[in-house]
Amino acid sequence: MEQQTRGTIGQQIELPFMESVRISFQSLMIRFGRSVITTAGITLGIAFLVSVLVNNEVSVAMKESGSKQEITTFEAEEPKGISMKDKWLIIMSLIVCVVGIANSMLMAVTERFQEIGTMKCLGALDRFVVRLFLLESGFQGLAGALIGALIGCLGSLLLGLKDYGLDLFFYFPMLPVLNEQPARFGVLLIILAGCVLGMILSVIGAAFPAWRAAKLPPAEAMRTEV
Amino acid sequence: MADVVVKTEKVVKEYRMGTNVLRALDGIDLEIYSGEYISLMGPSGSGKSTLFNMIGALDLPTAGRVFIDGQDMGRLSQSQIAWFRCHRVGYIFQSYNLLHVMTALENVTLPMIFAGLSTSERRDKGAELLDRVGLGERIHHRPDELSGGQRQRVAIARAFANGPSIILADEPTANLDTVIGREIIDLIKQLNVDQGVTVISATHDLKMLDVSDRIVDIRDGLVERIRNRDEIEIQVGEVGGH
Ligand SMILES: Nc1ncnc2c1ncn2[C@@H]1O[C@H](COP(=O)(O)OP(=O)(O)OP(=O)(O)O)[C@@H](O)[C@H]1O
Ligand SMILES: [Mg+2]
Repeated sequence: MEQQTRGTIGQQIELPFMESVRISFQSLMIRFGRSVITTAGITLGIAFLVSVLVNNEVSVAMKESGSKQEITTFEAEEPKGISMKDKWLIIMSLIVCVVGIANSMLMAVTERFQEIGTMKCLGALDRFVVRLFLLESGFQGLAGALIGALIGCLGSLLLGLKDYGLDLFFYFPMLPVLNEQPARFGVLLIILAGCVLGMILSVIGAAFPAWRAAKLPPAEAMRTEV
Repeated sequence: MADVVVKTEKVVKEYRMGTNVLRALDGIDLEIYSGEYISLMGPSGSGKSTLFNMIGALDLPTAGRVFIDGQDMGRLSQSQIAWFRCHRVGYIFQSYNLLHVMTALENVTLPMIFAGLSTSERRDKGAELLDRVGLGERIHHRPDELSGGQRQRVAIARAFANGPSIILADEPTANLDTVIGREIIDLIKQLNVDQGVTVISATHDLKMLDVSDRIVDIRDGLVERIRNRDEIEIQVGEVGGH
C-alpha cells in the first residue's frame, strides 16, 4: 500500500550531560528519605571498614612508638605486621561493605523498574537511563562513603584515646609511611580509599540492575513489581 | 478510505513460563486508519494489553509484524525506536505511570527533554498543555497531591507533549469513577477530534462505546469481530435500556 511509506523515523538524540546530572540530583533530593536509607547502607559498610583499618594503623603506630601499654601485652612477641585476628576483621568488613552496598543499590533500583519503563516509553535511550542511575549512585556512594569514613575514623580515634591516652596525638599516623616494612598507609589515605571504594561499589551495585532494567522491553520493566 | 497508520500482520505473542507457553495473541490482523478512535474490547485476559504493547513498540511480537506509518517496527534500531516512542506515540496507562518525584509540569516536559527542546520552549509548551487539560492552576503539584482524575489529565498532557500522531491508551478510566471516567473519555475524544490524532484504546468501559469510531472485539488473542460506529449506536441504546 502506497500510503504506508510516508512516515520517516529519526534517530533519537543524546541528552546534554548536565541535563542528566540535574535530573539525577533532583531525583535524589526529592526522595530524600529513601535516599538516606540507601546511603546509610553505604555509610555503615564504609564506617566499619575504615574503623577497622584505622584501628589497625593506630595500633601499629603506637607499638612502634614504644608505647608502654602495648609492649606489656601478649602482642609483644609479634611486633610488626597485621595479626590474624585483624586480617580476619578486615576481610569481614570488606565483605560486609560489598554485600551491604550491593544490596542497598539493588533494592533502590529494583523498586524503580516502572519508572525506567516509563522513561523508555517517553523516548529515553537505554544508555540515558543507565547514565542517570550511575550518576545517582555515584553521588550517593560518595556522600555515604565520606560520612562513613569520617564516622569510622572518629570511632577509632575515640577508641585509641581510651587505650593510649593523649599519646595518641603525638604518634597519630596521619600520613603514609612507605619506606617501612610493611608499608603503612596513614589515616588520610584510608579515608580517601574508603570514599573511592564506597563510590565504586555503589556505582557497580546500581549499574547492574539499572542496565538490566534498561535492556528490558518497557512493557516488561513496567510490569515488574517489587 | 483514510490512510492506514497502524497495520498488524499475523501478530503472535507467546509468554513462556517455565515449560508452559501461553499464547496471548494468536495471529492478529488489524488495520487502523488515520484519525480514528478505535477501542479494543474484550474480557480480562483476552490480550488487549498485549496487543497494546505490540502496537506501541513496548514489546516485541513472537511472530508477525507491526507497521506504523508504513515502517516495520521489527526492523528499527534502538535509537529509532526511542525516537518513535518519543515523537510518534503518546501513551496513557491505567495507573497513570507518572514519575512521582516530578511535578505535573516536569512530567509533561520530560518527553520534550528527550526531544531536545530548550528549557523555555518546554516550560511554555508544558504549561499550555496542562492548561488545555484543565490543570493550568496545578502545574507545580506533584502526583501525590493530585486526584486520580487529575493525574490522568497530567498523563494525557504528557502523551501529547511531542505532537504524536497516535495515542495509545490502556484502560485509561479503569481506576476512576463513572463521572471522572466520562470526563477523561471526553477529553481524549476532544483531542482526537481537534488534533486529528489516532486514538487506540484498550478498555472494558462501555462509556467508551459512543465515542469510538470502531470497536474491535478481542477474544482469546484473536479479533472476534469489528463493529462500526452505526452498529455501535444500537448497542449503546441496548446497554442504556438494561
Ligand atoms: N508478561 C507476561 N508474562 C506471562 N503472561 C502474560 C504476560 N502478560 C500477559 N500475560 C498473559 O497473557 C494473557 C493476556 O493478557 P493481557 O494483559 O493482554 O489481557 P487483557 O486483555 O489486557 O486483560 P485485562 O482486561 O485484565 O487487562 C493473559 O492470560 C495474561 O495472563
Ligand atoms: Mg489489560
